[in-house]
Amino acid sequence: MTNSTVKNFLSKPSRRQLLKAGGAAVLTTPFVSRAWAATTEINMLAWYGHGEPDMVAEYEAANNVKFVPKYYAGGDNMLALIAQSPPGTYDLILSDGEFVQQLNLAGYIDEMNPADYPLDDMLHEDFKQFPGHWADGKMYSMMLRGGHLGVSYNKNAVTAEEAESYACFWKPELAGKVGHFDWHLPTLGMMSLYNGNGAGLWDLDDAKWDAVQETTMSLRKQVGGFFDYGGTFNGLKNGEMQAMVGIGDWITGVLEKDGAPVGSVIPKEGGIQFTESYSIGKDSEKAAEVKKFIQYMMSPAGQVKSAQMAAYPGFCVTKGGRAALIEADLAEATRSHQIDGDPQDPITLINEGRIHYRDIPQQQSLEDWNDFWSEYKNA
Amino acid sequence: MPTKPARTINLYALTWRLPIIFWQFIFFVGPVLFMVAMSFFLVKNYRMTEAFEFVNWSKMLSRGYFWDSYWYTVFIASVATVCAMCIAFPAAFALAFRASESTRRWAIFLLIIPFFTSYLVRTFSWFVILSESGVINGLLGTIGLGPYTMLNTNFGTLVGYMTLTLPLVVILQTVTMANIDKTLIEAARNLGCKPLATIWQVIIPLSKTGLIIAAIFCFILSFGDFVAPFYLGGSQEPTLPILILDTTKSGQQWPRAAVVAIMMMGTLFAIAFAGIALAYRKRKGAK
Repeated sequence: MTNSTVKNFLSKPSRRQLLKAGGAAVLTTPFVSRAWAATTEINMLAWYGHGEPDMVAEYEAANNVKFVPKYYAGGDNMLALIAQSPPGTYDLILSDGEFVQQLNLAGYIDEMNPADYPLDDMLHEDFKQFPGHWADGKMYSMMLRGGHLGVSYNKNAVTAEEAESYACFWKPELAGKVGHFDWHLPTLGMMSLYNGNGAGLWDLDDAKWDAVQETTMSLRKQVGGFFDYGGTFNGLKNGEMQAMVGIGDWITGVLEKDGAPVGSVIPKEGGIQFTESYSIGKDSEKAAEVKKFIQYMMSPAGQVKSAQMAAYPGFCVTKGGRAALIEADLAEATRSHQIDGDPQDPITLINEGRIHYRDIPQQQSLEDWNDFWSEYKNA
Repeated sequence: MPTKPARTINLYALTWRLPIIFWQFIFFVGPVLFMVAMSFFLVKNYRMTEAFEFVNWSKMLSRGYFWDSYWYTVFIASVATVCAMCIAFPAAFALAFRASESTRRWAIFLLIIPFFTSYLVRTFSWFVILSESGVINGLLGTIGLGPYTMLNTNFGTLVGYMTLTLPLVVILQTVTMANIDKTLIEAARNLGCKPLATIWQVIIPLSKTGLIIAAIFCFILSFGDFVAPFYLGGSQEPTLPILILDTTKSGQQWPRAAVVAIMMMGTLFAIAFAGIALAYRKRKGAK
């Protein structure tokens, strides 16, 4: 159509022109739907938030893929979901660092090529060959982000000085105001740190395990409740709970951004790091697309997205990511201490030996810990 | 000697009964049988494997925390039942004997309305009312009282149970009492029975069946409820439904959770049968 024909058509289309246009529209419809059908669906297994629009919408639009997330809560839950699904169900698996080894042993994940990922740009030497992520010199998971667990508290009820030790949980004024995130691993890890077990917090002989149980039981009188994510969030927000055991900035960070007088610090006894890593599901037919997405998430832009994730924040693990965050969102970088020289900088804390990577008990079974947790809740 | 007539199968009646029989088998008997079988299974590498082992039973029933949860659940559900019955009775009495027919109809309609909304949503709305910065403490604060801790306590759990059960208990009690033959009450009054004695000696015995069924419903719903003790009670002392959740969360021990569930069902059956036996038991000398 010439310009004049187009103008004529738009202003006053003839019957012939209308039929032509209509016919063309009808004939091209199958191509349109074929283009839609070409969208690649990627089945993602992850903690809540990782498949939400704030994280993936931009990538989906640019790459003609669609993430279908299945969310879990806890490593046990994740392993069970995979175990109960046919092989190849999940293309992309986001796992807590300490569970990668079990994913690999069970044969649920594929080997990854280290050359595909920015390992040389990692903020800390430990992140390059993170425990459990490698086996027999082969890489099975790429560390995406992390977060630290310590003392989480209401600034109106606990002073910054008091929050420098887990002892603040026993403060008489907090009786009935101390909440628990309802998972034994972080709480018992913190109690182990409070008992002075330091780097050996997960490797407890009988005497040390008994002592950890005794310390934990002594806290019971202070406890006001055991909560899931929503309950923990609500408890801190409405002031019912003035201190929380077992969490960190991943919850208080969201509330803090909302103006609540809460915060999290790593006390002098040390803190625990949770680590989230991406793996490619075994026999996934979309391994190439998944690899591309992981590469995107490891790029500076992806790391900024991860640090700003609406559901819960996590710190960048690459130098490029941190630099991009500081440039894009200095306020968040400052709030989350991702600034070189900040005494609570996650990397500084690791270098000072104050952070211990979350793990599973070495000398007891998870069942032993869970049994004690049930006893504790009933005490 | 008269002989018993031979029993023949009424195909017409059986045809109409079949759907409910099928329904019960598919959605109740079948799952229960599967749950019983599952309690003997084992979990290996987070996957259930078929087996016939008693390890789950011995493990759960030998744990102190299981029995703590069990007795606490029985206790809190019993308290909820007593509370609901006591709170509902005056309201049901007024609706049955004092209110007009249309008022009663409207009241029952209004009591049904809460069931139109999600129980979880209704439970969450209590956060606004019961929290330390909530409505009740705000009002008490104006007269210099409080704040009182109501959330994450037994009181919070009971409030949740009442939210779930009270409307149903009031409806059941109202319907039961409204069907009492009023002439019997008038006769009692004419014979000099005082109002309280009339309630105690005439109305309650005559509505015994309905009252017991209302109490059984209240107990069953409270005993099996997860939402109130978890969200309003703060999981402080875990009830059996919370224990089921904890058991499945850690290590995916569905077989052990099945043990807890079977113990719950056994308890509920025992209480329901005992209650129904009591409800339909004839008084001595009665025909």
